[in-house]
Amino acid sequence: MSIKQDKHNLTPPTSMQSSRFSGHSGYSDKIFSNLTLFFTIIMVGILVALVFVLSRDAMPAIDKFGFSFFTSTMWNPVKDIYGALPAIYGTILSSLIGLVIAVPISMGAAIFLVELAPQWLAGPASFVIEMLAAIPSVIIGLWGLYVLVPVVRNPIEKWLGHLSGLPFFQGPPFGVGFLSAGLLLAIMIIPIITAVTRDAMKAVPHEQREAMYALGATRWETINKAVLPYCRTGIVGAVILGLGRALGETMAVTMVIGNSYKLTASLFSPGATIASTIASQFGEATAGVYTGSLIELALILFGVTLIVNIIARTLVWRMTALKAAKK
Amino acid sequence: MKEKTNNMIHNITKEDIPGNTYSEHPEDEKGILEVQGLSAWYGKTLAIKNINMSIRSKGIMAIIGPSGCGKSTFIRCLNRMHEVAHGGRTEGCIMLDGKDIYAKDTDPVVIRRRIGMVFQKPAPFPTMSVFDNVAAGLKLTQFWSRRWELEEVVERSLRQAALWDEVKDKLHQSGASLSGGQQQRLCIARAIAVQPEIILLDEPCSALDPASTLKIEDLMRDLVTQYSIVIVTHNMQQAARVSDMAGFFLADQDRAGILIEYGKTSQLFTNPKDKRTEDYITGRFG
Amino acid sequence: MADDSLEGGKEMNNLNERGHSRRKWLNRVMLVLCGTATAIAMLMLALILGYALIRGISYLNLTILTQAAKPVGETGGGMRNEIFGTLILVVLGSIIALPIGLLAGIYVAEYANPNVAAAIRFTADILAGVPSIVVGVFVYAVMVIPMHSYSAISAGVALAIIMVPIVARTAEESLRLVPSSMREAALALGITRWRAIVGVVIPGAMTGIITGIMLGVARIAGETAPLLFTALGSQFGVQGLLKPIGSLSLLIYHYALSPYPSQQQQAWAGAFLLIILVLGISIIVRWASNRKHI
Repeated sequence: MSIKQDKHNLTPPTSMQSSRFSGHSGYSDKIFSNLTLFFTIIMVGILVALVFVLSRDAMPAIDKFGFSFFTSTMWNPVKDIYGALPAIYGTILSSLIGLVIAVPISMGAAIFLVELAPQWLAGPASFVIEMLAAIPSVIIGLWGLYVLVPVVRNPIEKWLGHLSGLPFFQGPPFGVGFLSAGLLLAIMIIPIITAVTRDAMKAVPHEQREAMYALGATRWETINKAVLPYCRTGIVGAVILGLGRALGETMAVTMVIGNSYKLTASLFSPGATIASTIASQFGEATAGVYTGSLIELALILFGVTLIVNIIARTLVWRMTALKAAKK
Repeated sequence: MKEKTNNMIHNITKEDIPGNTYSEHPEDEKGILEVQGLSAWYGKTLAIKNINMSIRSKGIMAIIGPSGCGKSTFIRCLNRMHEVAHGGRTEGCIMLDGKDIYAKDTDPVVIRRRIGMVFQKPAPFPTMSVFDNVAAGLKLTQFWSRRWELEEVVERSLRQAALWDEVKDKLHQSGASLSGGQQQRLCIARAIAVQPEIILLDEPCSALDPASTLKIEDLMRDLVTQYSIVIVTHNMQQAARVSDMAGFFLADQDRAGILIEYGKTSQLFTNPKDKRTEDYITGRFG
Repeated sequence: MADDSLEGGKEMNNLNERGHSRRKWLNRVMLVLCGTATAIAMLMLALILGYALIRGISYLNLTILTQAAKPVGETGGGMRNEIFGTLILVVLGSIIALPIGLLAGIYVAEYANPNVAAAIRFTADILAGVPSIVVGVFVYAVMVIPMHSYSAISAGVALAIIMVPIVARTAEESLRLVPSSMREAALALGITRWRAIVGVVIPGAMTGIITGIMLGVARIAGETAPLLFTALGSQFGVQGLLKPIGSLSLLIYHYALSPYPSQQQQAWAGAFLLIILVLGISIIVRWASNRKHI
């Protein structure tokens, strides 16, 4: 289609009011838009297929155990009886530990990088953190196993063990276990939360900050009352991305969690997550109920991740709706 | 440097200050803001040079001139907003009640409380309601204020900004849900809620439609009974309509803005002392 | 201490000494805390990078790069095949993911009405949040089982599934950031819609799009979990798309858990190579996208 022809397809002025509408769809426009629609459908289709296939292949286990899968703590390949509770518990616990450690650090870093750091520092520092977000989980697991776990074993867990009375810190310091896994998770999700929060904060228009300064606010007050509220959706999204990554994190956690299929309150003890269970056993699982159970675990993990994402998005909508309706 | 500028202020004639003419200050009293030898930079670039001006209390001073000659820079120096920008730096002093706002031990946070500002682009806080927007400045210092105290001030400020009737049923909607003109009046209400002594307006109407512009101009005439106002405008007719004093800025040969002359608006527009002023007023450039 | 004598004395303006100092103190404390947080974040991450690079390079030698792995128990050997494996898998995954992700992003940013756009965005977010091991299980079920074999292509598909939502989401966001004045200006010149998008809007969003692709590629280059049941790993080197294939990430995983010190050392060496690869990709792409804008 030559440019000359295009010039004759003059778009009438009224259709330029919104860039979302195509005022004058040519033939090539239709092809292109349908092409993009097609691939979008493929993307959606992947998700649909995923749910369908996992549900179908988890059937052997679902049929056999039903709801008791969620409440049972047994995992016995010999008897072919499986229960998911320790794995679910481990997943949630390790992710929570990771979040609790990561969120304050990430928020602080993002605020520092966007609002406080001088130019010469903010650029390289942000670049470094972004690059470090690219460190593959298996390498973090390697580091965790050979560098962090010895440190956690001695002195961290030893020292925490002195805080006796708290059920979280009981038991012998193995090193491998929930605490190490939680620490690794925190390390892994800090860059993502920081990067997305940074982007969100940078998107806040300068006029907002200026307006706050002009009212006589200190730097922190400007950040706290003009910048952070403006981009709070982005911040929540950042934290969710972090949580989502933590929940599904497989390699690093598998390498340091000790793979012990038990329910305990102590952070020192080894445990298991859904992902680590699948990773360590899928290869040896026989078809049927064994594999079916592992696939059901995958389905549960998918479901937990899904619920987390939905809850977070709903929360964000609710927050903004509540504010508008407040009397 | 400070001594020199002090002398300049007191023994004043046109010929004393090279390249910087201004008209006689109509009243003998000192202005609420005395600008003395103010220069400002963005990094290495000089934006305004050696500005001397006296801003009268309870008057409207219009800052006019073609674009790019430092009017916005100048007004941002008046409440120390200039230094918020990257590489913003100033020299000279500005006396508020006889004390230099640029003194080393002065906290800009305090200054901005007393000298408020409304910007060109209306910037209500979108995550706050109309009510919370107006109260934003107050809430910074009133940790313990009761709801009704805030409500009183918010209503008063909105009335003063001629916005109350239009938003009194919408107080809890987002500040960003108003029209452009309303948003700007909201920003004005927000600025006056903290009861500054001086209000700076940086081209407040240039992003608005004519109807809103007129509303805001009317508003200024009411506000001037309580506040001193400095307004930057590139619209000469607006300056003529609204202000009683005016200052004319122009960029000199090294592209730094200088104050050519200032004085009573009527006098500046009908009988300017400097030929450059006359050229601008009569539309020969700008 | 700031000179408080410049404070006005108006009624509601009452900045009592204590209130004002408290605000200043809070300001200072919060800023210091933020700086500390940044320092902690950078320290933690520098530690990992430092160990991986230093230990890794100490075990690196020419053998490692040029030889294939030796059977278990024998010392020596290298990871040549795994290096190729990683490269092949990344290319496979990208080839599949880019068209899907980009075009989906374009659709949502330019064509979809707000409701549809929200729904698709939602879907993409969910897909992005699917744990990579779940993706691996899915591809195992739909490709490995019917094909009766682990294969490179199934691994490529798994990696692509991980990459698609990343690319789509950042592409869509970047496209949305392009001001509508640009689109309108292009349309006003009489250019057709799709040309306006391809020739004006997309270049305007290029930095963001490239960042998204970069994030995607860097992510899949290091992925291990989805490869566990699709690529499996291979002792025999690269045998073609339909056969199992090894990768650096799989090698690191297996060797890290191995009881043999020589293999553990190779794990570090492999980690070094993988980090160099991943960081290299990221830095090159950054550099390329910066150049475009100068």
